[in-house]
Amino acid sequence: MITLACHTGIGPKAEGYALVARDNFSARYDLDRRRGIFSRPGHVLAGRSYRDKILVMNTVKGGVATAWMLYAMKRSGVCPRAFLFNTANAIMAQGAALADLALCDRFAGGDITELVRDGDHLVVDPARGLVRVTNRS
Amino acid sequence: MAEIALTGEELAMQAGEMGWPLSWAINHQLQVGRMFDAPDLVAVSQAHMMADPEAVGEAGAQFMEDLARYGARVRVPTITDPRGVDLASYHPLGQTEEMAGLERRIIAACTGMGILMTNTCVNYQTIMPPVMGEHVAYGDTGVVIYSNSVCGARSNFEGGPSALAASLTGRTPRYGLHLDENRRATRRFVVAEQPRELTDWGVLGAVVGERAGSYWQVPVIEGLEMVPNSDQLKHLGAAMASYGSTPLFHLVGITPEARRLSDVGGDRLEPETVSAGMMNALRSRFGATGEKVDVVVFAAPQLSIVEMQQVAALCRGRTMAVSLIVCTSPQVYPDAVRHGFVNTIEASGGMVLQGTCFYNQFAREIGEANGWKRLLSNSAKIVNILGGYGYEPALASMEQCVASAVAGEIR
Repeated sequence: MITLACHTGIGPKAEGYALVARDNFSARYDLDRRRGIFSRPGHVLAGRSYRDKILVMNTVKGGVATAWMLYAMKRSGVCPRAFLFNTANAIMAQGAALADLALCDRFAGGDITELVRDGDHLVVDPARGLVRVTNRS
Repeated sequence: MAEIALTGEELAMQAGEMGWPLSWAINHQLQVGRMFDAPDLVAVSQAHMMADPEAVGEAGAQFMEDLARYGARVRVPTITDPRGVDLASYHPLGQTEEMAGLERRIIAACTGMGILMTNTCVNYQTIMPPVMGEHVAYGDTGVVIYSNSVCGARSNFEGGPSALAASLTGRTPRYGLHLDENRRATRRFVVAEQPRELTDWGVLGAVVGERAGSYWQVPVIEGLEMVPNSDQLKHLGAAMASYGSTPLFHLVGITPEARRLSDVGGDRLEPETVSAGMMNALRSRFGATGEKVDVVVFAAPQLSIVEMQQVAALCRGRTMAVSLIVCTSPQVYPDAVRHGFVNTIEASGGMVLQGTCFYNQFAREIGEANGWKRLLSNSAKIVNILGGYGYEPALASMEQCVASAVAGEIR
């Protein structure tokens, strides 16, 4: 098992499988929230489902809509289980707080999109600022 | 991690002694504040909340209704971003009664809490611009970046829930742009191609924002040979915030915190040229000359009275072959009626909406309802957003947009 330390995050503990991209995130710009897929044609994850995944990406882009949208996504059940970023922004934190979704950023070991591989099994503990990769050592 | 210092009143809010709405609001703010190491909360004088129904959804509407039912009332003047449904004109767009119903519920909840339904993303042009050093809690990235950069006000991006929390508590966590150290420049850009039209200012903002690439980067820009006006700065900032999640920029000798490059620490940064090639590369991502166009949109941000005059002048005496939609604020709209601009645009076959913005009007659904795929706009921001909504967006000047709407193909 690999343990990755990060800044204290927001939300409850979560676990699931990683969906990793060296790209940025916006719920409004990038997602078809009805179908639960990345819909923006130029996005690295275009066409991929995010449902129940732990999204691992570089940073957050764009507007304020993500804050409300995370809440609606969580309530609909078509939602990632957690978000990991190199750097989150204010909107992501606000949305995670309202939706009670796990969010962590600022990893001590470097670029989180390189530290975690697509499909890794992760346990995210925002309160302790820890992410465990359980399938590798 | 140090705990956030709270006053006696804030502790009472946190403990629920002042009711559930205030307890929710301050505990929400404390979660966000802890993530960004806020030392305390800072009083804000205004809030600006985004709450369009497509983003808010059924769940968010229910949440706001619950707050209103439990007696939530705003403590500071609180205004709203554009709505998703113009209730006077939604059938022509293919919007449904369900969408309008959700919009009405959100409006009722907001007004119940004492929120002013100003429905604008250009409040800095039309309502009450913030002043230098004023701490505010603004939503809409375009509003925040303009207010921070041009007015010298202090705001983070406050999404709808956090702007609402700030309106209830009258405070916000003191992190990010509320602190001097986060307003210093971190990237230094030198402009090589002078922007001319509004679209060029948006393209410059897009290039800088994309290169800055993070909420925590602050670009300082030098080399501009003119002082831009408010509409030009509006398009510059809105695009920069859209492509980079950038909340603050400085223009040397123009914006108030950067009278000199050294004022913001820019003299210690390596200069990076924004070349004509970079500007053209951005434009080429949204180029489609000669192709059929389905809808032409002027929005994002809402148009000022000056832009309304410009669009009307281009529409006068012409007939649109395809849909042309213009979004402006409820403050500008009556002035545009009074000056005959709305009548001129509508006489040409265009549609003028007030209090909405195209991209937050259930853009996917109205695109499907109307068969709109190829969308043309002079807003670098809106073409960045709408690809994910199933559109093929293209970018052109205001003049080219109107000419294309007349021709039915991109000129």
